[in-house]
Amino acid sequence: MTAQGWSFRMTPIRKLLILLAALCLGVVVFRLVTGLGTVTNLNDDWPWGLWIGFDVLTGVALAGGGYFTAIIVHVLHRDKYLPIARAAMLTSLLGYLLVMAGLFLDIGQWFNFWRPFVSWGHTSVLFEVFWCVSCYTTVQVLEFGEIFTERVGKKWHNAFKTAMPFLLIIGIIFPTLHQSSLGGLYLVAVNKLYPLWWSTLIPYFFLISSFFVGPAMICVESTLAGNAYNHKVPVEVLRGLARIGGWFMILYLILKIFDLSNRNVWNLVFAGNLEANLFLLELVLGVIVPILIVFSGMSASRSGLFIYGLLVSGGVILNRMNVVFTGMSGSAGASYFPSIWEWAVSIGLVSIGVLAYCFIVENFRILGHDEHHA
Amino acid sequence: MAKGVLVDITKCVGCGSCTVACKLWNDMKFSEKEPTMGPEAKLSANNWTVVRFNEVKKENGKVWRFVKTQCLHCQDAACASACFAKALQKTKDGPVIYYPHLCVGCRYCMIACPFNVPKYEWDKTFPLVSKCQMCSTKVAKGEAPACVSVCPAGVFKYGERDEILKEAKATIARDSKYVQEVYGEKQAGGTSWLYISDVPFEQLGFNTKISSVPVSTYSHNFLKYTPVVAVSWGIILTGLYHYTKRRNEISKDSGKNVKL
Repeated sequence: MTAQGWSFRMTPIRKLLILLAALCLGVVVFRLVTGLGTVTNLNDDWPWGLWIGFDVLTGVALAGGGYFTAIIVHVLHRDKYLPIARAAMLTSLLGYLLVMAGLFLDIGQWFNFWRPFVSWGHTSVLFEVFWCVSCYTTVQVLEFGEIFTERVGKKWHNAFKTAMPFLLIIGIIFPTLHQSSLGGLYLVAVNKLYPLWWSTLIPYFFLISSFFVGPAMICVESTLAGNAYNHKVPVEVLRGLARIGGWFMILYLILKIFDLSNRNVWNLVFAGNLEANLFLLELVLGVIVPILIVFSGMSASRSGLFIYGLLVSGGVILNRMNVVFTGMSGSAGASYFPSIWEWAVSIGLVSIGVLAYCFIVENFRILGHDEHHA
Repeated sequence: MAKGVLVDITKCVGCGSCTVACKLWNDMKFSEKEPTMGPEAKLSANNWTVVRFNEVKKENGKVWRFVKTQCLHCQDAACASACFAKALQKTKDGPVIYYPHLCVGCRYCMIACPFNVPKYEWDKTFPLVSKCQMCSTKVAKGEAPACVSVCPAGVFKYGERDEILKEAKATIARDSKYVQEVYGEKQAGGTSWLYISDVPFEQLGFNTKISSVPVSTYSHNFLKYTPVVAVSWGIILTGLYHYTKRRNEISKDSGKNVKL
C-alpha cells in the first residue's frame, strides 16, 4: 500500500465544497480578528446562536454513531456489524474536530480556551462538557492512530493496536457523560426554557437521542458513501443496527410520555402554538414514524432505511434547535436570526468535514474493513 | 457577614444620580444610544445600573414608579455556579465578582442568570462579560456601593443582609400601602439586593416567576452522579468486553452457534 501515492479525486461537487470551505476559512480569520459583534447577529438576549446550537449541540449528537458503534461492535463483539465500524467512528472523529472548531470560534476570549483546565469551575455542567469533549476528541484521535499507522509510521501500529481496548472503553465513558451533560447545560435555564423541553430529565433525553441517532446516521452515511464508492453495506447489517436504535427510540418515547405526565404539561403539547407544533413535529416525525419503519417491512429495503435515517437525524437536529431557539425565544426580549457569515461558517465546517471524510476513505482502510481490534 | 441593600421603590424620584455615580466610580462611558434612565433604559455592557421608568395604574389614575436595576448579587449565584473557569465568584462580603483574566467568553453565565443581568461586549474584538460588581472594593472597606451612597432621596438602606431583611419586613408590616412581599428574599434562593414596593412587582418589570430554588441545585443534582456513573460504567463495559469476547471464542472453538 505504501507504494501507492496519496489520492484525492476531483469532482464538481468537491470543487463546490472546497469553495465553501475556503469562504468559511476567510470568515473565520475575519471573526478572530474583529470579534463576534461584526460577524454574528448574537446579542444580549441571544448569547448563544447557530454555532452553539448547530455546530456544537447538534454536531456532538450526530457524532453519537462513534460511541454507539464502539459499544455494539467492540464491547459487545457483535461481529456482523464490523463492516460499518471504521466508517462510523471516522465520522464521529471528524464531527468532534468540527465541534471543537465551532466552540473555539464561539468563545470571545479564544486565546483563553485552556483556562478551565487549570481554573476548575467544577460546579458547572459546562465544566464536565469541556473536559469530556476534550478528552474524548483526544481519545478518538488516538483510536484513529490504529488506522493511520497501517499506512504511516507502521512501527507504531502494534502499540496502537494493543491500546485499542482501553481507548475504546474510555471512549465510551466520556461520551456517555458529555452527551447527557450537553442536555444538562440547560438545567440552569429553568425559568427560561419552554416547559415542553425543560425537564430535570433533559440530560437523559439528550443521552438516549444521541445513542439512537447513531444507527440512523450510519444508514444515511452508508447510503451516501455506498453510492459514491460503490461499496454497499448489506441491508441486514443496517437493519439490525436500526432495530437496536429502534428499541432506544421506544425507551425515549416512554420516558417522554412519563415526563410530560409527571410534570403535567400535556395541555402545552396540544396548545397549537409554535412551540407545541414543533415539539409534536420532532416527536412524531423524528421518533414515532421511524419506530414504525424500523419494526415493519419498510426497513427491509435500502430506501426505507435511508428514509428512517433521514427522519431520525432530522428529528434530533430539530430537537436541539428547539431547545436552543424555539424553547428559549419566549423568554428572550429580542429576536435572533443567524447572519450570512454565521451560516457560511456552519456550512463551511460541514464541507470541510465531508472533504476530510472523502480523503481519508480514499487513502486508508475504512470501508470494507472487517477485522477486530486486538 | 454578607452585606445587602434594601431598595424602597416608593421613595425613588427617578433623578438618576445612582447611575451617574456608577459610571464615574467604575469609569464607564456614557452613550446617547444606551440611556441609563427612562422608559427604555436597560442594562448593557456599559450600563451596570439603570433606572427604568414605569407608568402604572394605581387606584384612580396613573403614577410613575422608578426602578433601579442592577445585578442582585444572589446568595447562591447561578452565574458563579455556571462558570466553568471560576471567572465569577460569590464573596463572603456579598458581591458576586467577575475576574476577566479567567473568562473564556462562553456566555453560559448569561444563559444561567435568572434575572438576565450579565451582558457582553459584543462590539469588541476580545469581548468580556460585564456586570455590576457591587463596588466590591468599597464594600470590603466597609463602605456602601457608589450608587447607594449618592442617593438624595433615601431610597436605599445598606447593611447586613439579615438585618435589612428584618427591617424590610417590619416596614411593609407597618404600612399597608406596601405590597406584602420583599422581592429578593426568596427569588433564586435569595439575593443581596432586596426591593419593597407599593405597586405589584410584575407591573414594574420584575420577573415574579422565578422560583425559590437556587438554579445551582439542578446542576448539582445532576453532576453529583458523575463520578459514580463514570466508574461503574467503566467496570460494566470492561466486564462486558471480556465476557462477550470469551463467549465468541468459545462458540468458535466448539463450532456451536451460541446466541449472545
